[in-house]
Order: sequence, then C-alpha cells, then structure tokens
Amino acid sequence: MLSRKKSSTPGLSGERASWFIKLGTIGALLFLYIPLALIFLYAFTTETAAYTFPPPGLTLKWFPQAITNPDMLASLQLTVEVAVLATLMAIILGTLAAAAVYRGTFFGKETISFLLLLPLALPGIVTGIALRSAIGLMHIPFSYWTIVIGHATFCVVTVYNNVLARFRRTGGSQIEASMDLGANSFQTFWHIILPNISSALLAGGILAFSLSFDEVIVTTFTAGQQKTLPIWIFSQMLKPRNRPVTNVTALLIVLITAVPILFAQRLINQSSDTGETPE
Amino acid sequence: MLNRLSTYLYLRPRLTLALLLLPPLIWFVVVYIGSLASLLLNSFFYLNSFTGQVVHKFTLGTYAELLEPANLSIFWRTTIMAALVTFADAIIAFPLSYYIARFASKRMKTFLYLAVTLPLWSSYLIRVYSWNLILTKEGILSWFLQIIRLDGVLNWFLNLPVVGGPSLAVSATGIFIVFAYIWLPYMILPIETALERVPKSLVEASSDLGASPNQTFRNVILPLAFPGVVAGSIFTFSLTLGDFIVPTLFGNSSYFIGTAVLSYQGTSGDIPLAAAFTMGPIAIMIVYLLIARRLGAFDAL
Repeated sequence: MLSRKKSSTPGLSGERASWFIKLGTIGALLFLYIPLALIFLYAFTTETAAYTFPPPGLTLKWFPQAITNPDMLASLQLTVEVAVLATLMAIILGTLAAAAVYRGTFFGKETISFLLLLPLALPGIVTGIALRSAIGLMHIPFSYWTIVIGHATFCVVTVYNNVLARFRRTGGSQIEASMDLGANSFQTFWHIILPNISSALLAGGILAFSLSFDEVIVTTFTAGQQKTLPIWIFSQMLKPRNRPVTNVTALLIVLITAVPILFAQRLINQSSDTGETPE
Repeated sequence: MLNRLSTYLYLRPRLTLALLLLPPLIWFVVVYIGSLASLLLNSFFYLNSFTGQVVHKFTLGTYAELLEPANLSIFWRTTIMAALVTFADAIIAFPLSYYIARFASKRMKTFLYLAVTLPLWSSYLIRVYSWNLILTKEGILSWFLQIIRLDGVLNWFLNLPVVGGPSLAVSATGIFIVFAYIWLPYMILPIETALERVPKSLVEASSDLGASPNQTFRNVILPLAFPGVVAGSIFTFSLTLGDFIVPTLFGNSSYFIGTAVLSYQGTSGDIPLAAAFTMGPIAIMIVYLLIARRLGAFDAL
C-alpha cells in the first residue's frame, strides 16, 4: 500500500495515468487526426500545382468545380450503385447465415464465421487476384457485376457479426411466445424478428456500405476499365491532373462517410448497453 | 397457403436450417473458395512469352521463377516492412489502449473508442492521400522542420542509402510511416480489449504482495496484454503484405509483393506468375495464424 502511494506512477491501481501514458495517448490521437485536419485545409488552398504549406491563400471556388466535375460524378454514380447492390446482397446473405448459426447446431458451425471472415482477413490482393483469375479462367467479361460480386463477398461478415450478436442478446423467448400465440413463421419474422434486428441490420448495412464505398484493392482486379470513385482518386494521385478537385472530393468523402459511421457505431453501442441490463 | 408452408417448415427444422444456410454457403463456396481454387490452378499454368497467352498445362516452372533472387528480395522486403510496421504500431498503440482500458472515465472511453473506430472505417484512400500533403517536399513536415532548424537532419537522413530518397514522399521511410498510420486502429482495438480483460483484483494482489507498479506492469499486465498485441499484429501484418497502393504512391521502383502481383497480372498479363506470387503471402499468413493461435490471440479478437 505504501509503495503505491509514494509512487509517482500509480496508474496500475486505476487512479491516474502517468505522464508517459498521457503523452503517448495524446501523441497517438494527434497522429491519427492531424492528417485528416490537413485534408480540410487543402480543400481551400488557392494553389493548384503543389501542396505548399502554409497555403498561399484560401478560397471556396473549387467546391462548385468539384461537384460538377463529370468524371468525378460518373465514378461516384458507379460507386454508389455498386455499394447499394453489394450491401443488399450482404444483408441477405449475412442475415441468413446469422440465423442459421444462431438456431442450428450442425457440423462445421465454427467454420462458418471463419469462412465469412476470410475475405477480410487475408491480404487484399489475395481476394483480388483470386477473383481476377476466376474471371480470366471462365472468360467472364468485366462488368458492373464483377465488382458487385467481389464487394458483396467481403461485406457479408459485417452484417453477419452485427446480426448474430443481436440474436444472441435478444434470445429466442419472444419468438417462441409469438409462435405459441398462433403466429406463423412469416408473421413472426415480420412482427417480431425484423423489428428486433432492424438496428443491427442498419448498423451492419452502413458499415458494409462504407466498406464497399472506399474499397480499392479488390476493385482494381475486378473492375477492368471501369472507374469507381476510389479508383478515380487513385489515378488522380498517381498522375495529378486536377489537384483542387481531388482535394475537395477527398474532403467531401471524409465528411459524407463520417456521419453514417458514427451513427452505426452509436447503434451498436446503444444496443450492447441496453442488452446487458436485464441479465 | 402461407400457414401451411409455415407449419411444414416448422415441423422440419433441418430443412429450415438448410434453406437458411444454403444461399450464403453456396455463395462462399462457389465465388470465394472457387476463386481461390482457380488461383491455385492458375499458379501451375504458365505464360507463353511469344504469344502472351496463358498455356493451360501443368508446370512447376512458374514457382521456380519465384526463387530467382529478384523475386526473393521482393518477399524479404515486404515481410521486413510488415514486421517493422507491426512493431511500430504495437508501440504507438499501447499507451492509448492502456489509457482507454484503465484510466478513462465512461464518457471519455466512449469518445476515445469512437475516435479510434472512425479512422478504421473511413476512407482508406483519403487517409493515404493526406500523407501526400504531409511528406511532400514543400509540405508541412519540411516547413515544420525548417522552423525548428532540423531541416539539415532531414536532408542527411534522405541521403542515407536504404531508408532515404529524393523526398520523404518517395522513400522506404515514407512507405513505413504511411503503413503505420493506416493500420494503427487495427492494433489499438485488440490491445484495448485484452487490457480490459485483465482483472483488477490481479493487479491489486500483485501490488499487495509488494510488487512495485513497474514490476506489476512488466510481470502481470504486459504478459496478459500480449495476446491482444498478437491479435492486432495479424491485421497490421496481413494488410501490409497485401497492399499495393502505398508502395505505388510512396515508393521508388523497388517492388513489394502487392505491386509485383499487380504489374504481373496487369501490364504483362502473366496471371500464372501473379497467382504463384500470391501463394507467398498466403503461406506467410497461414504460418502466422498458426503461431498466433498458439499465443492465444484468437481469444482477444
């Protein structure tokens, strides 16, 4: 006890952090966020040919140019369409898999989670080149759908994880009660199960959407000549033709994706808070 | 009609289960496992260098090509980079994870947790792009170093052989910094989870038995947090192995596994060689996962 009081680093007992831990925490947070702050700054710079710091002047004039840029808009449209379809597929497949794993006991049940996680856990080029070689081997032409199929494959796990966690938290008693009271399986699904898992579906869906929205490594292998927004940005980074438009697009993407992600995290946190109280 | 179907399914739970399980299972077996199988198959084919066509005949020649010194050095370069990035991330992540798990109030905890997960899910490419702004010659880092009169040190560093380059934006050091930045959240979260699970009573027991805070940290907390570090390292290591964006944007001409695979399948159309190349990171990751499981990393995920 004495040594703990005397010590200048009493952190281990949980009261206050040592200066070293505090400094490390602040340092890591700065490291995470200073680059994002610069994205904000450079969207307003008057300079068009370099990334001079401090910027010579600030302007708003790139914003109208960026949001009317036809190349950017075309790739944005493709990206959104792909992300919507991939998310829908991920929601269907992920929910089915979660329901099966939750209610059933069958051989290889543990393997399912592992299998679904694999496309995210293996290095990105593995999934990419694997799909590419299958496309090549079977002479499938590159299209919209080759991108969607790749994206859906690695998005399934986010929906699956969220929905499975929700199933485990809510338990099966409501479903049994509904059936006992004479509802058939479809009524039970519509009136009991769906409302119960809706926020988990929303959270999983948002995360799947944002995963698809900025995926670039797998897409490079499955897109052929098509340009999704991340591929467009990547090409702009390789050969900058229009830096101001790229800068503004970068800022808009950060803003547009941050809000749904924070919302999804809130949904996940809320449900895990309320889920713990009854137990 | 619906009622009859419902009863029919209710009385046959195995059939219901099969109906639920089959669509995702078929999807993953056909699309994903099928693709991996075709990747393996392709790695045993070879490219006819005159016609530029893939010849669908069995050969081990493509794998033999991997053993050429130039290709071996690509594997080494990538693996060493992945190890360094993992090591750096573990060190940067630890204090923050430790603070979240042990000291932060409930509200602070929620806030910091969001602060870490937001970069994890938000645009990977934009976060890479932000380092273009920082590392470039006229960027903020050079500006800052000039102000604190350390620009001489930067120039000296850039003249060093392996780590240097024309500017930080075109150097192995640049690649290293950007990788460490991009994958950092993947390291913070598992370490935090592992630290969260260290029972308070254990820490108290250690100090009651006379251990100094430093001893408790070294002998109790650090060993218990280690599976979390290993779990995080799975991501940092695997993601670094499989990335071609960062080496393309911040590297010079020396290849990493990702850039090599991309250029073999793209410009030269040599899918067999690209496929054989990919077996490298797959093999490395399988070994890595086996070691990680022995170290108890999967409990910390």
